[in-house]
Amino acid sequence: MSAWETVIGLEIHAQLATRSKIFSGAPTAYGAAPNSQACLVDLGYPGVLPVLNAEVVRMAVRFGLAIGARIARHSVFARKNYFYPDLPKGYQISQYELPIVAAGAIEIVLEDGTVKRIGVTRAHLEEDAGKSLHEGLGAFTGIDLNRAGTPLIEIVSEPEMRSAKEAVAYMKKVHTLVRYLEICDGNMQEGSFRCDANVSVRPVGTEKFGTRAEIKNINSFRYVEKAIQYEAARQIELIESGGKVVQETRLWDPDKGETRSMRSKEEANDYRYFPDPDLLPLEIDAAYIEAVREALPELPDAKAARFVAAYGLSAYDALVLTASRELADYYEAVVRAVPEQPKLAANWVMGELSAALNKDGLEIGAGRLSAERLAGLLVRIADDTISGKIAKEVFEAMWASGESADAIIEAKGLKQITDTGAIEQAIEAVMAKNPAQLAEFRAGKDKLFGFFVGQVMKATQGKANPAQLNELLKKKLPG
Amino acid sequence: MYRQTLTQLAADLRARRVSSVELVRAFLARIEASQRDLNAFVTVTAEQALAQAEAADRALAAGRGGALEGVPFGHKDLFCTAGVRTTCGSRMLKQFISPYDATVVSRLKAAGAVMLGKLNMDEFAMGSSNETSYFGPVRNPWNRALVPGGSSGGSAAAVAARLLPAATATDTGGSIRQPAAFCGVTGIKPTYGRVSRYGMIAFASSLDQAGVIAASAEDAARVLREMAGFDPRDSTSVDAPVPDYLAELDQPLAGLKIGVLKEFFDTGLDAAYERCVREALAVFERLGASVREVSLPNIPLSVPVYYVVAPAECSSNLARYDGVRFGHRCAEAHDLEDLYKRSRSEGFGAEVKRRIMTGTYVLSAGYYDAYYLKAQRVRRLIAADFARAFGEVDLLMGPTTPTPAFELGAKVADPITMYLNDIYTIGANLAGLPAMSVPCGFAAGLPAGLQIIGPHFAEARLLNAAHRYQRETDWHLRIPEAYA
Amino acid sequence: MALTREQVENIAHLARLELEPAEIPRFQQNLSSIVEFIGELERAETAGIAPMAHPLPGLTQRLRPDVVSEPDERELYQKNAPQVAAGLYLVPKVIE
Repeated sequence: MSAWETVIGLEIHAQLATRSKIFSGAPTAYGAAPNSQACLVDLGYPGVLPVLNAEVVRMAVRFGLAIGARIARHSVFARKNYFYPDLPKGYQISQYELPIVAAGAIEIVLEDGTVKRIGVTRAHLEEDAGKSLHEGLGAFTGIDLNRAGTPLIEIVSEPEMRSAKEAVAYMKKVHTLVRYLEICDGNMQEGSFRCDANVSVRPVGTEKFGTRAEIKNINSFRYVEKAIQYEAARQIELIESGGKVVQETRLWDPDKGETRSMRSKEEANDYRYFPDPDLLPLEIDAAYIEAVREALPELPDAKAARFVAAYGLSAYDALVLTASRELADYYEAVVRAVPEQPKLAANWVMGELSAALNKDGLEIGAGRLSAERLAGLLVRIADDTISGKIAKEVFEAMWASGESADAIIEAKGLKQITDTGAIEQAIEAVMAKNPAQLAEFRAGKDKLFGFFVGQVMKATQGKANPAQLNELLKKKLPG
Repeated sequence: MYRQTLTQLAADLRARRVSSVELVRAFLARIEASQRDLNAFVTVTAEQALAQAEAADRALAAGRGGALEGVPFGHKDLFCTAGVRTTCGSRMLKQFISPYDATVVSRLKAAGAVMLGKLNMDEFAMGSSNETSYFGPVRNPWNRALVPGGSSGGSAAAVAARLLPAATATDTGGSIRQPAAFCGVTGIKPTYGRVSRYGMIAFASSLDQAGVIAASAEDAARVLREMAGFDPRDSTSVDAPVPDYLAELDQPLAGLKIGVLKEFFDTGLDAAYERCVREALAVFERLGASVREVSLPNIPLSVPVYYVVAPAECSSNLARYDGVRFGHRCAEAHDLEDLYKRSRSEGFGAEVKRRIMTGTYVLSAGYYDAYYLKAQRVRRLIAADFARAFGEVDLLMGPTTPTPAFELGAKVADPITMYLNDIYTIGANLAGLPAMSVPCGFAAGLPAGLQIIGPHFAEARLLNAAHRYQRETDWHLRIPEAYA
Repeated sequence: MALTREQVENIAHLARLELEPAEIPRFQQNLSSIVEFIGELERAETAGIAPMAHPLPGLTQRLRPDVVSEPDERELYQKNAPQVAAGLYLVPKVIE
């Protein structure tokens, strides 16, 4: 039995976050009543014509520039002809030979920390199809064309990923990028961001690609990983048992955790692409490209590098904190309030805050705990008003109540005791209450030092300044 | 009053010498009387027309109204008309009620034209004889045994028989000019992009252009002025000002350089027809124009180019007729493929199927380069031939068709013979040029057409030349005896 | 060039047309003569000539501002629909 290598290429479909559709003035909002957002152009009515949405072009150029790609000065819309009920015109307007974006690259960080560059062959504009509903209509399938004509950018990678994990890292990176660029809301549940995976296997050390299967419409990072793992294993098993992989379209079934052949797309397609005569060539000039370039935000890679340099964060922490623009912005807002403590801020944002958000299923932008409020807590840690341990208690109260850190510290009397006299008093009381332990300590049982720390902390409800307490105990216990 | 031109009728309406209601009633009566013989209309909208005529009369009485206020008018049945059946001559759209107006329709409505009905045509504008219409053939008013030409046969026959002063038409490979020639009326196909295609049911998108069929160049100019202009809903519509075609009509022709298309006289041109065209050229010379021979070496390939490009585009344009959202749907489909195949096969006629299949073939894997791309390359050669010619002359002239109107059924058996009917007209579509057909006499008792082709956006020059010619001749005023 | 019966059937299937068995020979003959006719193009010398997809030279695609302009007209638009239920267009059940 030989060792196998998996070869993966992804085609990511990202819906562009425009108000209106790519070729019509119908709205693109998700979740409207069936066919209430399908206008004559979206329905492919006789006589209607497409006109290209300016915002779609700007967004595609933004994406192209962000991945260092070539922006085509001249691109062409073509018709991809096939019959399917969710495709009203009998053709999809897409870009074929001359896409708007060509030859870019995206960097991903592998598990061992190395950086890998994944080539992006092309990214082109096209219109989304409608949706078929199969449930509850008896012998019929229902067609909702609200989604028909929603602008998509299809981002096609080179077959350069070698594991499901790499594919997920790549998809996550693209997801981060499109949201940074504000060209896609990234909502995978609503299908705004989804992908097809081309998967093949070959014996390790060989050059030639194996026959690939295309897995359609995967709409979560977890499923991408599972579907690729399943598919690679299926292909390996098939080959090892003497079978042959056939080139086909397969569907990921999340309920069964498997991929299966799609009957409806089985026949060899002949899409008969040709330039759409209803649309003229799209010409983009240098000035336009420069204007879009100037309006680009700081991108995740640059931001992460800056976090390392400016805040002294580890590469890993910087990567985590720049995973979304909202998270990065939040972190920096916290740092602005506690400029001396960037690492403390990073620990709290990635630690307590992320855990709390996760637990409640909230997004960073949900506004449950503003950066200013969290910073208020960190300030109190930094100025020794409270200890780190007390701070966790305060954080929980803040998460639950909406109060400021100071208000909670005040109300619960959590302020740290830094008055030497008060701490000494507490120490003396503990020493008086525990003569046996004191005697043992003085006889050389050093381990009991911890016992006294604990007792004093207990007596002060944890509010004694730990450093001061240590100092004073060292002085007092030996007698 | 039906004998009067649209120009005269518009003036009479404005001067209140006649009311729109009177005119509409008179033309409706003529339509009704002719319908069994000519079959020029698919739908007559008498009630709406009378209501619209009353409104036009009120506007005219108040001194308001557009340039065509109250003028009876008709639309080829591939212009979408809100609330009115729009069939495209097909069983597929037999019951299709458009929810919207084509831009051409709304512009003419705004100008005050009163629609009397929708005109018969070849199915989806695919045909040169009007015999492919699901609603039966239109007959030629000059001789009812003959075809009126196509695909705008209903528009041409209706104007020739004076059932309407003018009507819209469309031209993909000659569908305005050929029936205009066969019926002895004036037709103009403007430059591609001059008139909006929005709401005009597509046959071949890179070739289709809306125009007008009327009794004279002056009438055509009057209507075109209202139809033409930029439309933001059509990406191929050209954003350029529309000249006042009427203002240019009377310009003298002295010094005009006319090129006579050598290749159009080479093969298959009917001798009597040729005499009519030569005589017309002599009239232009008398008007001060110079005439010289011009060659377009690649023009003989225009028909094969057309029969690749037009079917390719049509095969895709007609894919939307699938029985799901509108149009014919077969009974009791047992699965999706059955629904598609039977709805489409029942809904489309044989010629439409032939074109869809030809187009599917030339775009399919393995044939795309050899046919589709090759045809688009030759198309550029043909366009370049025209561009070169217009470097030397102002207008090109020749016959519109190789023969006058032929008998019904004469060419239905052989598609190629039928296709070759458009041999002189297709070039202008491939190059997007404006072109006209003007009545220029009778060949064995049947109308002959002089074709005039100009450079892009030279509609004013075309109409000017045609109008000056029509001032010297009366061919355009002849009315078939049965309708005189 | 003559098209085989199989080719004609394949083209008809791609175009989702159902031909009666009796019609096929006629379409086969028609299409063969059309293909032969357009085969004339082979003679043209087109080396170095770019395909011409649009009749007007130099025109480029115009852009539309990203504005919602189309209201919900479902009821009107579905008047032409052969079969709808709950606002959905119905087709025979599709198995994916």
